[in-house]
Amino acid sequence: MLCTARSTAARQLRSRIAQPYTSPVAFLSPAALRRLASTLAVLEQKEGKLNHGSLSAITAAQKVGGPVHGFVAGSNIKPVADEAATADGVEKIIAVDNGAYDKGLPENFADLLVENIKKGGYTHVIAGHTAFGKNLLPRVAALLDSQQISDITSIESENTFVRPIYAGNAIATVESSDPVKVITIRGTAFAPAELGKGSAAVEDGADPKTASPTEWVSEDLAKSDRPDLSTAGKIVSGGRGLKSKGEFDKIMQPLADSLGAAIGASRAAVDSGYADNSLQVGQTGKVVAPQLYMAVGISGAIQHLAGMKDSKVIAAINKDADAPIFQVADVGLVGDLFEKVPELTEKLKK
Amino acid sequence: MSALRILVPVKRVIDYAVKPRVNKAQTGVETAGVKHSMNPFDELSVEESVRIREKKSAPGGVEDICVISAGPPKAQDVLRTAMAMGADRAIHVEVKEGEDLEPLTVAKLLQKTVEAEKSNLVILGKQSIDDDANQTGQMLAGLLGWPQATQASKVTFGEGDSVSVTKEVDGGVETVKAKLPMVVTTDLRLNEPRYASLPNIMKAKKKKLEKKTLADFGITNERRLKVLKVTEPAPRQGGGKVEDVDGLVSKLKELGAI
Repeated sequence: MLCTARSTAARQLRSRIAQPYTSPVAFLSPAALRRLASTLAVLEQKEGKLNHGSLSAITAAQKVGGPVHGFVAGSNIKPVADEAATADGVEKIIAVDNGAYDKGLPENFADLLVENIKKGGYTHVIAGHTAFGKNLLPRVAALLDSQQISDITSIESENTFVRPIYAGNAIATVESSDPVKVITIRGTAFAPAELGKGSAAVEDGADPKTASPTEWVSEDLAKSDRPDLSTAGKIVSGGRGLKSKGEFDKIMQPLADSLGAAIGASRAAVDSGYADNSLQVGQTGKVVAPQLYMAVGISGAIQHLAGMKDSKVIAAINKDADAPIFQVADVGLVGDLFEKVPELTEKLKK
Repeated sequence: MSALRILVPVKRVIDYAVKPRVNKAQTGVETAGVKHSMNPFDELSVEESVRIREKKSAPGGVEDICVISAGPPKAQDVLRTAMAMGADRAIHVEVKEGEDLEPLTVAKLLQKTVEAEKSNLVILGKQSIDDDANQTGQMLAGLLGWPQATQASKVTFGEGDSVSVTKEVDGGVETVKAKLPMVVTTDLRLNEPRYASLPNIMKAKKKKLEKKTLADFGITNERRLKVLKVTEPAPRQGGGKVEDVDGLVSKLKELGAI
């Protein structure tokens, strides 16, 4: 019993604590107690609005086992914390009300998190593999002397995680020996925790008030009424085959409208200026996994496939019958997209 | 304004166009006999450093561009490439073939290097295309206590050591400003790396390449993550083709996608 693997020991400990247990527990040493998992899920907010996509961190945290606390920081944070407190599966929300954290600058946000991680004695820290999470968590990990585990798609046990490497061409299962596991998760692999089901307590967190040496100057975000690309149920994506920005807009927008879909693009389309950078799907852009992914004029390079091959249904329209996209598409149509897509748009409207 | 002493870490990885294959023992990806080249994001870092010098965009000028790589003997090839693109000198930290370093170890190695070389700007790729971790630059900035700007698509220099960086973020771009010293990581939109010309490749052979070991920096290759297995992703079966748009619509309905 004494020499069982630590994960097993911890799991057994938890179950013993959950149910009244009568016999003496010989291995209940302080060291064993320390291994009980507890997770801090880092949530995102922007301009006083909770980013619902970031609630995926709570879902992932529940798979670790042990209590789950959420973390939010920014100015006038109360309403955001109150909303997050209704998320299913969260025990407590730790909130820090300070406008210095509004822009998520890693230089002061990392110190803030480290302080709260140490105070709470968490064994796991989880955030989304988003621009915010990617920027912040490695800095946090370095300050905690922990080797971060990035973009995980599955949690096997409290110290074993699965993540894609080589643009999704290989899947690695890794075991962490760090006392605090710092993790970013692939949003499409964990559904966001549902709101309105929980009633967690909201508590003020510690605020080290580190001054940030970096100043936020401005932002320029692409405005769109369409669904958000990373969470959309349907995506239509255009590639080099669209030939120009004018054609891209003329062909792709009506198609997206007829399906209620978000618009994505391949790197070739983005580099040629047909679409905004933020629409890029692939290894270096967004990773998506919608119900339907329709690839229009996209050949299907491995870097692009890395971003969409977990889609439920993949449809492709391409004039090259040998394009690699057809090897992954559930349904393919060989033909000139300038004829086929408008025809499809018309038929979908009916 | 201080003169720039730029450190550019580069990594030798399997060429981006090669489809990696998982080895039979399921311990990793087959690397023997596979084409390797410089990590594409690191080419952008080298190019950006050279452009800062050529365009005289930093008021204090560029005093030194040093490239560094930790890897097997063949990592020297990518260091030579970087010098052919315009880097002044190189440091090769030799690590045995197959003994990869984790990002935290690399960040610690770079921290020591920054201190020894008195670097005031480190430009790294945002991620390596093999491990896809996207960590090293941020970890380095954390260890040094320096400002960081990740996924840069534009870097400009102002008076008084100030650096403005436009970053690619979800939904668009964001601009931040900090003072040297700092850490910047590159995104694909930053620039278009040049091809090294033959005369420059010849010249690069004469540039200084210092050989070091991890021990020289007081670093050990401590691994925190144990790779239990590496597998092929679940294969996806192509569902075949349809004749026309009607066929496409009915197939999508059948699959429940619309």
